[in-house]
Amino acid sequence: MSVQARASQGASEGSNTLERMSELDRRIVLATQQGLPLTRLPFHTLAEELGVTAELVLARVRHMMQSGVIRRIGAVPNHYKLGFKANGMSVWDVADQQVSELGRRVGRLDFVSHAYHRPRRLPEWPYNFFAMVHGETPEQVWHKVEVIAGVLGDAQRGHDVLFSTRVLKKTGLRLLNGESTTGPPEV
Amino acid sequence: MDNLDRAIINGLQGGLPLCERPYLEIAAQFGTSEDELLLRLQNMLDDGRLSRFGPLFNVERMGGSFVLCAMQVPTPSFEEVSAQICALPQVAHNYERNHRLNMWFVLATESPQEIAEAVARVEETTGLAVYEFPKLEEFFVGLRFEV
Repeated sequence: MSVQARASQGASEGSNTLERMSELDRRIVLATQQGLPLTRLPFHTLAEELGVTAELVLARVRHMMQSGVIRRIGAVPNHYKLGFKANGMSVWDVADQQVSELGRRVGRLDFVSHAYHRPRRLPEWPYNFFAMVHGETPEQVWHKVEVIAGVLGDAQRGHDVLFSTRVLKKTGLRLLNGESTTGPPEV
Repeated sequence: MDNLDRAIINGLQGGLPLCERPYLEIAAQFGTSEDELLLRLQNMLDDGRLSRFGPLFNVERMGGSFVLCAMQVPTPSFEEVSAQICALPQVAHNYERNHRLNMWFVLATESPQEIAEAVARVEETTGLAVYEFPKLEEFFVGLRFEV
């Protein structure tokens, strides 16, 4: 399996806006929010639903993958259900000049699901690098945090791990002009 | 859960090939048939081991905006503030975490200026400061649990 490990600049004003997305692309997004059809010819199934040809659906999906609107077509495991019941948000104070390079390296660790460079909020919050770590137990998470500490080395000046103690709200996204989506956001 | 389920979970996090019969193409990698792969995927979706199978969207590329935010909420008012935050449609997730900054939520809106409006609304409603943690850089990773 190829490991995707690429860093992208976090500019949120991308060139593709909802308004600029074609009507067909929007309809494809809406039709696949629940998932890709589990049929032998999934794009034909979609095409029938949308009243267009399968070739067109495939071409638009390919285009959306190239432009980054679709990151990939894949499986999202429910880590909790699979036994990864401890989820820690590890947060790190990393030297600014090294955070990009080191962030990429931490992102390649297979137990890290999301990794971001974010601003510090001094004096309250000295941490500028966030990495979500999943384990079967909190001890396992702490052990993996030590592995990250090893990767960061001397560039790291302090860290903490925040465990979620309660889910207060978890909903689908409300985008696409109020139409509800269910895809999990990667934030 | 048998080895085939494990192989599918581990292998399909990275992505499905884009072609007419993607399941047929990838089934060979798992040493199984297209129909068996489809059945396994359906079973794992039904029993919740997979939350989803399909395109993973980058909502920011569609013009949407996401910002992680945190607040320090005094214990006596935690439930009240939680209810206020969760009632806002712009709040996609909200978690209690074991830190002085004990409430962490994600604002999801259709534009960056709506984020600013939502933050102002939260501060006004709760009387508490909101710390915003927008992404500066994303070190892209798939969920790649090995099971």
